[in-house]
Amino acid sequence: MTLDRTLAGRPAADLPAAPPPPSRRATPAQWASQSLTMAWRSLVQIKHNPSELLDLSIQPIMFVLLFTFVFGGAIGGSTDAYLQFSLGGLIAQNALFLTVYTATGLATDLQKGTFDRFRSLPIARSAPLSGRIMGDVVRQLWSLVVLLAVGVALGFRITTSPLAVLAAFGLLVAFTVAFSWTSVLLGVLARDPEKVQIYGFTVLFPLTFASNAFAPTQTMPDWLQAWVSINPVTRLADALRGLLVGGPVAANVVATLLWGVAFAAVFGPLAVWALRTRV
Amino acid sequence: MPPAIEADGLVKRFGATTALAGASLSAAEGTVLGVLGPNGAGKTTATRVLATLLAPDEGRAVVGGYNVITEPHRVRSLIGLTGQYAGVDEALTGTENLVLIARLLGQGRAAAKARAADLLGQFGLSDAAGRAARTYSGGMRRRLDLAASLVGRPRILFLDEPTTGLDPASRNELWGMVRRLTDDGVTVLLTTQYLEEADQLADDIVVIDRGAVVATGTPDDLKARAGGAVLQMRPTDPGQVAVVTRIAGELAGSTPTVDQDTVSVPAGDDALMPAVVRRLDDVGVRLAELTLRRATLDEVFLALTGRHAVPGSSTDSDSTTDRELV
Repeated sequence: MTLDRTLAGRPAADLPAAPPPPSRRATPAQWASQSLTMAWRSLVQIKHNPSELLDLSIQPIMFVLLFTFVFGGAIGGSTDAYLQFSLGGLIAQNALFLTVYTATGLATDLQKGTFDRFRSLPIARSAPLSGRIMGDVVRQLWSLVVLLAVGVALGFRITTSPLAVLAAFGLLVAFTVAFSWTSVLLGVLARDPEKVQIYGFTVLFPLTFASNAFAPTQTMPDWLQAWVSINPVTRLADALRGLLVGGPVAANVVATLLWGVAFAAVFGPLAVWALRTRV
Repeated sequence: MPPAIEADGLVKRFGATTALAGASLSAAEGTVLGVLGPNGAGKTTATRVLATLLAPDEGRAVVGGYNVITEPHRVRSLIGLTGQYAGVDEALTGTENLVLIARLLGQGRAAAKARAADLLGQFGLSDAAGRAARTYSGGMRRRLDLAASLVGRPRILFLDEPTTGLDPASRNELWGMVRRLTDDGVTVLLTTQYLEEADQLADDIVVIDRGAVVATGTPDDLKARAGGAVLQMRPTDPGQVAVVTRIAGELAGSTPTVDQDTVSVPAGDDALMPAVVRRLDDVGVRLAELTLRRATLDEVFLALTGRHAVPGSSTDSDSTTDRELV
C-alpha cells in the first residue's frame, strides 16, 4: 500500500522546473464542465435509489387522477372538460413542488459537510448550485412528460402546435429555475432537510391552491379573486393552457416571465448573501 | 524554505463569541502540525480559515505560498480537507464519490475512474467500491472521506479531528496513512482533542484554548513541561488515603491531588512507582488500584495554563477512573 509520490517537501533546488502556478479562478468552460459533473452527481443517485423516480411520478399521477375523477364533474361539468382545464394547473403546481428538491438537496449537503468539501476544491464557486439546479431541471422535465402522458391517456388533447408545446416546456423550465432561488434560500436557512419539507409545503400549498390552477376564479370571494389574478401560479397555469390547448398566451407568458425575473432579483441576492454568511 | 502553512494573529468572531483570538501557527513543509485543544477551543474555526472556507476578521494566513483571502482558488488547488463530519455523498457509491471529485478537478472519465480505483484500493475499500456510502461503517466513511481529499494529490492536508468517534483499530489505520503521506512529503495539519494522537503523529504541537495559542513545541517539550506521566493510587481502605498522600508526596517531591479516594502525583522518573509500592507495603497499605499513565490533555492544560481545559473537568476525570475500575 503506497500513497502517491508528490514533489512537495523536497528542496526546490531538486525540482527540474518550478511547476506553473495554479490558476487564479475557474474559467467559464471549467464552470460549465463542473456544473455538468454536479448535475451528474445529483442524478446518478437515482440509479441506486430508483424509488426516487417513483416519487417523481406517483405524486403527479395521483393528483391528476384525484382531481379529474373527484372534482372534475363538479367543477368542470365533466371529467373530460375539467382535464382540459386542470392539466395546465397541475403541471404548474407540480413544478413548484419539485423546486423543494433543490432545497432539500442543498440542506443535506450543508448538513453532511459535503458542501464544505466542494468549497475546499479549486472549482467555480457557483458550480455546486448550478449543477444541482441543472439536475433538478431534468427532474422537472421527467415529471412534466409523465404528467402529459397520463393526461393524454385520460383524454387530454393537445390542440396547439409542437412548437407551442416546446414553448410550454421552455417557459416552465425558465420559471422554475428562477423560482429555485427561493428554494436555495430556504435550503441554506433551514439547514435541515426535514424542516425544508415542512416550510416548503407550508408556503407552496396555499400558493398553488390559491390560484386558478384547479378551479375557475368566478366562485371565489372578491378578496381572493384579487390575489388569484396576480398569483404567479395562475399566470403560469394560464400560459401553459394557452400553449397546450389554446387561448390567450402572450400576456400570461410575459406575466410569468416577469414573476420569474422578480423572484430571481429578490431571492437570488438573498440566497447568495445567506450562502456567504451562513456557511 | 517558507513554511507550508503560516497563520498570523487570526481573529474570528461569531456574534458575541470569539472563536479565534489572535491565533498564530506555522508548519514546515513535509511535517505534521498537531493542533491540540478541548472542544470549542477554536480548532475547527482555524482549520476552516486555513482551508479558505471562512474569512478571518483579522490577521493573515498563507498556505502553500498563497494568501488564503486574496488567492483562495490557488490555495484550494494545493490543499485537501477532511472535516470532522465526513463530507461524502451518502447516496453515491465509493467509486462515484471519488470519480465526482476527480471529474470536478478536470480529470477525464477514464483517468478519474482509474484514480478512484487506485485510491479505493489503497484505503481497503475495493470490495465496497460499488456500494452506496450510506451502507458504510463509520470507519469506512472516514477512509472514503480521506481518500476523497487525496484525489487531487494535495501538497497540504487538513485533517479536522480525523479519529473522533473511530474505534482503536480504525484509528491506528488512519495514523498509518498519515505517516505514509508525510513520508511522501505532504504537509499535514491535524486537529485533535487527544494528547496521545498529537504525540503519535505530530512533529510540532500547538495547544490552543479559547481561540488563542497557549503553548507550542515538540511533543516531548510539552510532555516535559506538563509533567509527563502520572502515578495514580487508590487504597483498598479509604481511611488510608491520608497515609498514601503523605508517602507519595514525600517520594515524588510534590503535592499529590486527591479525587475522592484516588491519589494522583506527577511521576518525574521511573523509580517513583517501585519506591512508592515498597514504602506502602512496609506500612501495610494495600492498593485497590495502581496506575502509571500518561498525563491527560486536562493535566497538560493544567500544567501549561494553570487551569482546567474544560470547566468542571476534574469531576470528569473522576468518572473516567470509576469506569476504568469496573
